[in-house]
Amino acid sequence: MGSISKSYFRPDNLNSALEFLTPEVKVLSGGTDFFPERVGTDFAGKILDICSIPELKEIVETEKYWKIGATVTWSDIIQKILPSYFDGLKLAAREIGGVQIQNQGTIAGNICNASPAADAPPVLMTLDAMIEVSSSSETKNIPISDFILGNRKTCLDPAHLVTAILVPKLKNRTASHFFKLGARRYLVISIAMVSTVIEIDQGKIASARLSIGACSPVAKRISDLEKRLQGSSIENSWEEQVLPDDLAELSPIDDIRADAVYRKEAALIMLKRTIKETRMKFFS
Amino acid sequence: MTETHIQKISTEVTINFTLNGTRSQYRGSPFKRLSAVIRDDFRLTGLKIGCDAGDCGACTILLDGKQICSCLTSISSADGKTITTVEGLRLEQTTRKLQQSFAKHGAAQCGICMPGFLIAGASVLKKHEKPTKQQILDELGGVLCRCGAYQKIIEAILDANNPSLETKEPEIGKAVGFRYPKTDGMTKLTGEEKFGADSIPADALWLRIIRSPHDSAHFELGDFGPFLKKYPGIQKIMTAADMPFNRFGVYPHIKDQPVMAENFVQFKGEAIAALIGEKETLLQVPLEDFPVSFQVNVPVLGIEAAKSETATVLHRDHADNVLARGKVHKKNIEKGFQESAFICEEFFQTGFVEHSYIEPEAGWAKIVGERIEIMVSTQTPVMDKMELAGVLLCDSEKIRVIPTACGGGFGGKLDMSVQPFIARAAQLTGRAVALVYDRPESLASSTKRHASKIWAKFGCDHNGKLKASQLFAEFDTGAYASWGPTVADRVPVHASGPYYVPHVKNDSVAYYTNRHPAGAFRGFGVPQSTIAHESLMDWLAEKAGLDRLEIRYINALREGDATATGQVLENSAGLPQCLDALRPRWKEFLDEVVCFNRVNTQIKRGAGIGCMWYGVGNTSMSNPSTIRIGISEAGTITLYNGAVDIGQGSNTVLTQIAADALGIAVSQIHLVMGDTDLTADAGKTSASRQTFISGKACELAGKSLREKLFAALGLSVTDAGNPLHRIERENNLIGVRCNNRFYGLDTSVLEPDSNGDVLIGEGYFDPPTSPLNSEGQGNPYAAYGFAAQIAMVEVDMELACVKVLKIAAAHDAGKAINPMLVEGQIMGGISQGLGLALMEEYVSGQTENLHNYLIPTIGDVPEIECMIIESASPLGPSGAKGVGEPGLIPTAAAILGAINHAAGIRLKQVPVLPHRLYHELRKKKGGS
Repeated sequence: MGSISKSYFRPDNLNSALEFLTPEVKVLSGGTDFFPERVGTDFAGKILDICSIPELKEIVETEKYWKIGATVTWSDIIQKILPSYFDGLKLAAREIGGVQIQNQGTIAGNICNASPAADAPPVLMTLDAMIEVSSSSETKNIPISDFILGNRKTCLDPAHLVTAILVPKLKNRTASHFFKLGARRYLVISIAMVSTVIEIDQGKIASARLSIGACSPVAKRISDLEKRLQGSSIENSWEEQVLPDDLAELSPIDDIRADAVYRKEAALIMLKRTIKETRMKFFS
Repeated sequence: MTETHIQKISTEVTINFTLNGTRSQYRGSPFKRLSAVIRDDFRLTGLKIGCDAGDCGACTILLDGKQICSCLTSISSADGKTITTVEGLRLEQTTRKLQQSFAKHGAAQCGICMPGFLIAGASVLKKHEKPTKQQILDELGGVLCRCGAYQKIIEAILDANNPSLETKEPEIGKAVGFRYPKTDGMTKLTGEEKFGADSIPADALWLRIIRSPHDSAHFELGDFGPFLKKYPGIQKIMTAADMPFNRFGVYPHIKDQPVMAENFVQFKGEAIAALIGEKETLLQVPLEDFPVSFQVNVPVLGIEAAKSETATVLHRDHADNVLARGKVHKKNIEKGFQESAFICEEFFQTGFVEHSYIEPEAGWAKIVGERIEIMVSTQTPVMDKMELAGVLLCDSEKIRVIPTACGGGFGGKLDMSVQPFIARAAQLTGRAVALVYDRPESLASSTKRHASKIWAKFGCDHNGKLKASQLFAEFDTGAYASWGPTVADRVPVHASGPYYVPHVKNDSVAYYTNRHPAGAFRGFGVPQSTIAHESLMDWLAEKAGLDRLEIRYINALREGDATATGQVLENSAGLPQCLDALRPRWKEFLDEVVCFNRVNTQIKRGAGIGCMWYGVGNTSMSNPSTIRIGISEAGTITLYNGAVDIGQGSNTVLTQIAADALGIAVSQIHLVMGDTDLTADAGKTSASRQTFISGKACELAGKSLREKLFAALGLSVTDAGNPLHRIERENNLIGVRCNNRFYGLDTSVLEPDSNGDVLIGEGYFDPPTSPLNSEGQGNPYAAYGFAAQIAMVEVDMELACVKVLKIAAAHDAGKAINPMLVEGQIMGGISQGLGLALMEEYVSGQTENLHNYLIPTIGDVPEIECMIIESASPLGPSGAKGVGEPGLIPTAAAILGAINHAAGIRLKQVPVLPHRLYHELRKKKGGS
C-alpha cells in the first residue's frame, strides 16, 4: 500500500476508511477547501474520500446527543428540523458561501480545516460540541475547544478520523443566534462572528454560552461574561452587562479584510447586538 | 481491505451516471474534477471554469437535483447519480421557459456566467414554483456576474412563468429603438456559445507559464537537462530567446513589455518561461521544480517610491520613472480662484482594481499552410494581429485572428495575454497549441485600473457658479506602459467634471513601478478623478448653501459652452436633461432620508449624487471603423462586422442599425464577427466607441448596399431613399418591393467575390477630432456622453458597514438603439462602480483569488432605475453615442456623497471598507 504514491480511495464503509488511514493520507469530506487549495496543480499524495460512507451522512438523535455525521453538509443542517439551540448553526449555514458550497461543504470538514475565519467553530463552541474521532481500534470524544489548537491546526492524530460531531441536548428553554460580519453579501469570508446559545430556567439565564470567531487563531468563548450573565432575568437588558474587557483575550490580526482594532471593536458591538437579539427570541 | 480497493490516480476506473438524460460512462482516473470531466471527456463546454475554487459559480451543475460547483467535486462522487448541465435545460419545459425568459429580459451580457445562473435559477424553481425575490437572491448568491446583469436575471426568473415569452419582431424600418433580444443571446443560454477555452482541439498541445514570485529580481535560468529528464512529458521549454522580437505594447512607439522576461523581472507574475506539452502531463509538473535562481532586488512600490531621487529606474529611457504626463490648462487659474467666493481642496486616493471578467484569458493557435490562425478571447483582433506580427517579425497578413466569444473584457482584454505564447509555440511545434490561464495567474499577470493619488481644488462664486478647477492626478502605472498614456491624456480633459469652468489647470503623471501593468479599465482613469471633482462639488454646494443637484444643474455643460479644452459643444450635451429627469426622485430620496433618520440612530440613511461626462472614442486620435454588408449569390445578407462584442451587445446593435439602413427585417441578417480575414478593421472594443463609430459605419454600409441593390435592379437611387421600399425575399430571390411590385435580383449574372458576395456596401467613419495643443486645448472627441446618478445608502453608524439601497441613473445615450441593452450597460457599470466604492482593491500577493478579491454579488447590487435621455449627436447612427463606460463613472462618487450625507464623513479613499469608515467615524466622534 505504501508503494502507491498517488492514490484515491472512496470506501463505502467506515471500517475500510479507518484501515486506510496513515499519516500521509489527506481526508476529503465535501471538498470545498480541498480543491481551492489545489488550483492549477496536480492532486499529489493519498486521498481518502469519505463521502460515500452512509453512516457518516446522517443527523441522528440519541438519548444524550444530536449526532452530526462527518459528511453532513450545511444544507443538511438547514433542512433538518432541530431544536432552537441549533438556530445559530442554521444561520451560520445560510451564510456560508453560496448554496453550492452549502450543498457540498461539511461541518466536520470546516473544523478540520481549522481556519481562524471558519464559521463552524464559534457555533460549535456555544453548543459545547464534542468531536467524535475514530481509529480502527477506538472511538473517543474530544471537546471542540480541545480539538482545534491553532491556525489550521487540530489535535487530530493521523490514525484517527473525525466521524461525527456530538451536540449535547439541552432541556431548558433555549435561544441561539449567529452574526457574521463581512464586506459583502454572499460568498464572503468573515471579518468577525458572534455566536450565542442561552438557556432560560424560571425566567433567568441558566447558562449563557457566547463565542467570537475570526478574532483569534481559534474562536473563543467569552467566559467571564457568560458567568456574569448567569441568573440575569429575562425581563432586563443583557447587553448592558457586556464590558470591553470581556474581549481582552482576543488577538485579532490586520489583513486585507479588516484591521485588528476594527475587528476587536466590531466584535464588541456585535456581541451586544447578538445577545440582545437572542433575548428577543424568547419573546417571539 | 485489500489493495485492489484503492485506486491509483493513474489507473482507469469506470463510473456510470446520467448526463442530461443520457446514460453515460466515464473511464479514466478516479480523481479528476467533475468540471474537467464534463468539459474534456464529454466535450460539453457549457459549464465554465472561472476559478476552480468555488468562488464564482460559473461551473454550477445539478447533481441529483442539487446545485453544486462541479470544480469542487471529483468524478467519483457522480457514480450512479444524475447530472444536469446547461445543455440539459432544454429537456424540461420549466427550464426551457427559463432560458426564454433570460433571453427576453436581456439577462445575458457576455454570457460566461449564464450557465451558472440558469442552473441556480432552475434550482430555485424546483424549490419554489413562484419564488420571492429574497428566495431568488439566496439561491443565486453563489454565482458572480461581472457584467452586473443581476437585476435583469432576477426579473427573468420572476417572469419565467409568463405564458408569452416570445418576442415580436419589430416592423421593418423600426429596429432602431426596439428592445430586441440579443441576436446571439440564445446561444449564450444553451451552452452552445464558444468562449476562449471552449473550442480547443483535443489533440492540441498546452502551455504552462513559469512566473516570477518576486516584484523585482534578476534571474538566471538553470540547466534544463535534468528538469526535462525528470518530466519527460515536457516537449519544449520556451524562453525569451525563442521570441523573434521580445517586445510588445499597445502604442506604436512604446514597445516596452517583453513576452517573457530577459534576465530580470519587473513585477510579481511576470512570465519567465513557458512549458509546452500534453495538458495532463503539464499539470503534474510542480512549477517550483523549474530550474531558475533569483537575486531579489528592492522593488519600487507605490508612487512615492517611484518619485524618490534614489529610486531604481525601471526603464532606461525614463530616468524619472515617468511614463507619461498629460495636461489641460485653460485661461488663468489664479484669476479663477481670486474670483471665487468659496474654495475647497482635498487629497484623494484609490487602489488598483481588477477587471475580474469571469472568463480567464484563453485561446489557441494553429498553423494553416504558411499562416497562423489565432482563436482567442479578445477585445481587439486587428491590434492583436499587428502586435503578433511585431513579435513574430512577420507580415501581418500571415496572421489571422478569429475572436471567440469574449467572457467579459472591460478593458482587460485590450492587451495581449496568451496570444504571443500560443502563436510562437504553434510555430515552433507545428501543432495546435492552447493556453488557458487559471484564476490566480489571470489576476497576477493581467492589467489593473490605475491606483491614484489625486489632489483637487475647486472654486465657485456666491451663486455657486464654478470659477476655477485644478486637479493633479498621479497614477501608479506598474511595470510596463500598457494604456498608461491614455489614462494620463484622458484624465486632464475630464477632470473638471461635466461643468462649464472658465479657468482650468489639470495635470497628470503616470509613474512606472514594480507592479503589474496598469492599463485600460472602463473609464480610463476618469472614475478616479470623478470621485475627486464630485466630492468637491458636494462641498461647494454646502458652502454656497445650494442643493447638491442644483449646483450641478447650474454648472452643467450646455450646448454652446466651451469645455476645459476649449471645445465648444454644438449639440448633444444632455446633462441638464439628466438632472431634470432625476430631480423628482432626488427629492424623494432626500425626504425619505429625513423621515428615516428622525426615528433611527444606529442606522442612518443618506442620498448622494454623481455626474460625469465622457468623450467617446480615442482622445485626439484617428480611430476609424469600416463595416461591410454583402448580398451573396444565394441572396443571403451578411454583416461583416469587425467590432468584437464583448458582452455589451454590439452584435445586436449593429444588426439593428444595418436592418434599418437596408430596410429589411433584423432576422434576415447573418453576422460574421471579428475574423480578421473576413471583416474590415472596426477598431478596438474600448472607449465606448462601437455603437457610435462602428454603428455609424454600419449605417453607411447599409445605405450603400441599398443603393447598389437598387442600381443593380435598374431602380433609381432616389427610390432607395424611400423607406417604404423594403428589401424582401420572394421565391428564393432577394429583391425590392416597390409600389407593390417585387423586383428580384438575378445574382447569377453578377460576379461573386472571395466571400461569395455579389454586392457589397461599405461604410467608413472616423469621428472628427483635433490634436490638443501644448496647453491641452483642442477638440479631443467628436461626441460626449453625459450622465447623473443618485444613490441612497444605509450606514451602520456603529459597525461602519454601508449598504446601497437604491440607485437611479439618467444617461444621455444620444439615441438608445436598443434600450434594453443600454440599461444593461448602465446597470453593469453601476455594479462595478459600487465595487470600486465599497470593496474592490487589488493587493499584489494577497488577492490572487476571487474570495480575497471581492466583487459585488447579487446581494450587493441594489435596485437600479434607469432613465434614458436622448440628446442626439448628429454624427452618431440615428443620433447614438457611447454608453459602455459612463455607467461606472459617477457611481462611486454618488455612493461616497450618500455616505457623507448619512454619516457626515467626507471620504477620501476607496474602497470604503468597513474598518476604514469605522476609523473615520471614530475620529469624528472623538473630535466633536
